[in-house]
Amino acid sequence: MSGYQGKKNIPRITSDRLLIKGAKIVNDDQSFYADIYMEDGVIKQIGENLIVPGGVKTIDAHGRMLLPGGIDVHTRFQMPDRGMTAADDFYQGTKAALAGGTTMIIDHVVPEPGVSLMSAFEQWREWADGKSCCDYSLHVDITEWHKGIQEEMETLVKDHGVNSFLVYLAYKDIFQLTDAQVYEVFSVIRDLGAIAQVHAENGDIVAEEQRRILEQGITGPEGHVLSHPEEVEAEAVNRAVTVANQTNCPLYVTKVMSKSAADVIAQARKKGTVVYGEPITASLGTDGSHYWSKNWAKAAAFVTSPPLSPDPATPDYLNSLLSCGDLQVTGSAHCPFNTAQRAVGKDDFTLIPEGVNGTEERMSIIWDKCVVTGKMDENQFVAVTSTNAAKIFNLYPRKGRIAVGSDADLVLWDPDVTKIISAKSHNSTVEYNIFEGLEVRGGPLVVISQGKIVLEEGTLHATEGSGRFVARKPFPDYVYKRIKARSRLAELRGVPRGLYDGPVCEVSVTPKTMTPVSSAKTSPAKQPSQPVRNLHQSGFSLSGHTGAQIDDNVPRRNTQRIVAPPGGRANITSLG
Amino acid sequence: MSYQGKKNIPKITSDRLLIKGGRIVNDDQSFHADIYMEDGLIKQIGDNLIVPGGVKTIEANGKMVIPGGIDIHTHFQMPYRGTTTVDDFAQGSKAALAGGTTMIVDHVIPEPGSSLLEAYDQWRQWADEKACCDYSLHVDVTHWDDSVKQELDNLIKEKGVNSFQVYMAYKDYYQMSNSELYEVFTFLAERGGIAQIHAENGEIIAKEQGRMLQMGITGPEGHVLSRPEELEAEAVFRAVTIASQTNCPLYVTRVMSKSAADIISQARKKGNVVFGEPITASLGTDGTHYWSKNWAKAASFVTSPPLSPDPTTPDYLNTLLASGDLSVTGSAHCTFSVAQKAIGKDDFTQIPEGVNGVEERMVLIWDKAVTTGKMDENMFVAVTSTNAAKILNLYPRKGRIAVGSDADLVIWDTDAVRTITAKTHNSAAEYNVFEGMELRGAPLVVICQGKIVLEDGNLHVTCGVGRFIPCPPFPDFAYKRIKARKQLAVLRAVPRGMYDGPVSEFSMSRGGTPSASARTSPTKQPVRNLHQSGFSLAGPPTPEDAPIRPPGRRIVVPPGGRSNITSLS
Repeated sequence: MSGYQGKKNIPRITSDRLLIKGAKIVNDDQSFYADIYMEDGVIKQIGENLIVPGGVKTIDAHGRMLLPGGIDVHTRFQMPDRGMTAADDFYQGTKAALAGGTTMIIDHVVPEPGVSLMSAFEQWREWADGKSCCDYSLHVDITEWHKGIQEEMETLVKDHGVNSFLVYLAYKDIFQLTDAQVYEVFSVIRDLGAIAQVHAENGDIVAEEQRRILEQGITGPEGHVLSHPEEVEAEAVNRAVTVANQTNCPLYVTKVMSKSAADVIAQARKKGTVVYGEPITASLGTDGSHYWSKNWAKAAAFVTSPPLSPDPATPDYLNSLLSCGDLQVTGSAHCPFNTAQRAVGKDDFTLIPEGVNGTEERMSIIWDKCVVTGKMDENQFVAVTSTNAAKIFNLYPRKGRIAVGSDADLVLWDPDVTKIISAKSHNSTVEYNIFEGLEVRGGPLVVISQGKIVLEEGTLHATEGSGRFVARKPFPDYVYKRIKARSRLAELRGVPRGLYDGPVCEVSVTPKTMTPVSSAKTSPAKQPSQPVRNLHQSGFSLSGHTGAQIDDNVPRRNTQRIVAPPGGRANITSLG
Repeated sequence: MSYQGKKNIPKITSDRLLIKGGRIVNDDQSFHADIYMEDGLIKQIGDNLIVPGGVKTIEANGKMVIPGGIDIHTHFQMPYRGTTTVDDFAQGSKAALAGGTTMIVDHVIPEPGSSLLEAYDQWRQWADEKACCDYSLHVDVTHWDDSVKQELDNLIKEKGVNSFQVYMAYKDYYQMSNSELYEVFTFLAERGGIAQIHAENGEIIAKEQGRMLQMGITGPEGHVLSRPEELEAEAVFRAVTIASQTNCPLYVTRVMSKSAADIISQARKKGNVVFGEPITASLGTDGTHYWSKNWAKAASFVTSPPLSPDPTTPDYLNTLLASGDLSVTGSAHCTFSVAQKAIGKDDFTQIPEGVNGVEERMVLIWDKAVTTGKMDENMFVAVTSTNAAKILNLYPRKGRIAVGSDADLVIWDTDAVRTITAKTHNSAAEYNVFEGMELRGAPLVVICQGKIVLEDGNLHVTCGVGRFIPCPPFPDFAYKRIKARKQLAVLRAVPRGMYDGPVSEFSMSRGGTPSASARTSPTKQPVRNLHQSGFSLAGPPTPEDAPIRPPGRRIVVPPGGRSNITSLS
């Protein structure tokens, strides 16, 4: 049988079939020893003594850990910014991702305001299809809001496999949406069954602070962090949580950079809000003290928004919250610019293009900071680097799990290897690496993407353009089970009352144009003789005499199983 | 002594008053002493005072004598679409005195676009004519431009106003954007004002209101459903953030919900200068009545932010008031008749907003917080009077029983019990939101400006005797910390050599389409070549001579940034 199978497949190239022997398979729920056989980019068998075709390439894992390939949920490869483009394109970026053990990336489509979502989406597809070396998917950013956008969002969800949209609370006058617009976007997103992502910073305050700091003569990169203080991030997260609660829409906070923003997310989750937090490699691995570096180019390399926190205890804090589950997924927000590009803002920090590296370093840094230190175990490591992302974005179990039928995106992990991160050896094209000199333990030994070995013995064999677009369906269970249950509960009812047929005061219909002075000029001395007073004195009252309110027999209504009130909608999120 | 007595005989006796055997309660301590007052001022405190003959004497018999209450938030005679609230300054201040409050602070609300000074003068005129007790004014800033700045300046310097309210709600009407709030707060911080906020997210409320009406919910329950508690908490959080950025003292009017109060107490723990004002209604009742079948009754509870439907809210707020997390109490007394409320009979968004509470405030807090053992009598004085006087910069003239302070006093009867009802209250409104509530504690004697205004259950008020009390800027209570932080919060740039490396070409405008610019192959960029050529700025990145954190550890702000300022704990 195996011989037959073997023969039939001989014409195929061997790298399409792969056997890993003696691996410790690590999923987010458990680890176990087994062999694993994959064919055509899909895992076909898991177990011991597998029956496999002859001549298949075999890797002996020697008991090392085999993890689901990492999913970097947040990249910005090849991102256009004022006529420039982020230094790493889809080829360079996905190559770096693979080198670090990440086998899938989700990139952000950023349509300039005024450009249709569809044409931007297609543009990104074209770029990525041509260059990407690993599977990818796309988030679409909502940078303006009108009726046409809503229709495009519907098309994207229904026909193009997009189930997540990012809105900006920052970048005033460019990308920023108002609270009312965010409310509408979230309502649309909930109806479509997608995930609302938010870039959380209060853009109004940031703009004011930037102006103030420039006025003070602070023009260097330190001005960036001074004008984006941590609480401005926390405030925006809090506001986004509020709007998401109101609209019963699942929320996903990208780039959690500070303790207080993470705290707001943790608190909201305790209250039952469906919210996910995404710290990035940079916020987990370094801090914002470098903004004060005397080397302008180095300081500028750290510029990203929200900025890295100057509080050096931040990375440890965020790693702890990631370990306990208060933060769930990790991205890199990989969007580096080279020094000449950064230098656009050499005299004005507000012009420095924003973004840091991190797609290559993400897995190793989390391993080093969390698993080596005992904050989390290997299973939680898989959860935060891969599985949770797959679940939230509805890719699970195709991605994010080692199981029969799942994609053959795997990493053979070496927990003992140590490496010093340096711009000299990294796969990104930029001159600076914000983790320069950091020694990390743990790294990928072998990386398998689409069933093919792309990293072995320290050598990358990435193929430009081999990455497939992975479409994502709406209404991911992981997120929407709760949302659906709540939307059934959250029906509001009016109180059935008889028609009020008492007297009604005369009012001017257009109160807004009326000046107080005109109305106030009527002598206040006449006030006591208002008809309303007479009304009272005449003993008139509605539904019995005024005292009747005491025996208004049910201050709280007897039916206690009323769907929403009293307690109102707040109940919905007060599950704890 | 007899000479002194004779000389003063021509004066009316009520200008001189002696309280014997009282237990004086200030916010810091209580002690037994007699008090002698003359010409509206406290002249002597002690035992065996030497006083003129024939002076009217009140025997306190060991009862508590407390500083008269200060109701820091009223809306008497407030214009509303061509009508006014049913309690004018006469009716309102009478109700205040009946409840043991001897000073009120009213809000001037200029219509957006109109002059602040004109509105201020109008309010002064109304109040001077009618108020029966001393008063001060807050001015609400309902729009923002350069002329408003000048008027604010004038109000602070010349007109005795030190507190200004801005609105985060009432979209397209009073509501201000975050940038405007930032500017207002910055402006006030420079001039020693207190920034008050009406904290609710008006944008979301507008959306929710539309949704409720669409669902066919038109009654008063729609009011509370469209203004859920977290919208209040969200706005408080945002205001705290902006105040902290601008280093401006913040005062949150009408704390109505647990979560809003929580945000304030958390901010105070972090060191923010923020004060919270729960009102009589939020301390005494809850929002379940919005579902009353009696429309008129349900409508009488309509106020913003709304009363919370969570019935445990009043107890929670009383606890935070007792612990000092909330600082002052007002009533936000703003009453409309049923016919006025009925403007919104088919649309809850049209119901004029406001509840009663100026008369009930002191008694209600005594009953809910002191008789339950949450706070002692001194804390009671602090939250009903002293703290307000300190914030308004009127301390110790108001808010304290001391020689030289105004003779605004209340002899408090801790044993009295009475039931609140619209039949007996001094407001002109038909409904009382505390209807039927039985409360312990009541004023026995109220003395305002040295004259007895309440005695044996009878009110003797005189319209127009109330004086305007100017509030000077930079109250120590709020500004000592603000000033110290201002000195600390100086930011410094990092001195660096000029960057003289290559600079990418870029378009200044963000208008360019991404596709146009992105079509150029990234691999062909000059920047890549630059990198490959081994070019580097200031040496290779690794062996950077400057250590990662700047060597001088005593740098005023960074690293740690401005957040240090508020991380005092």
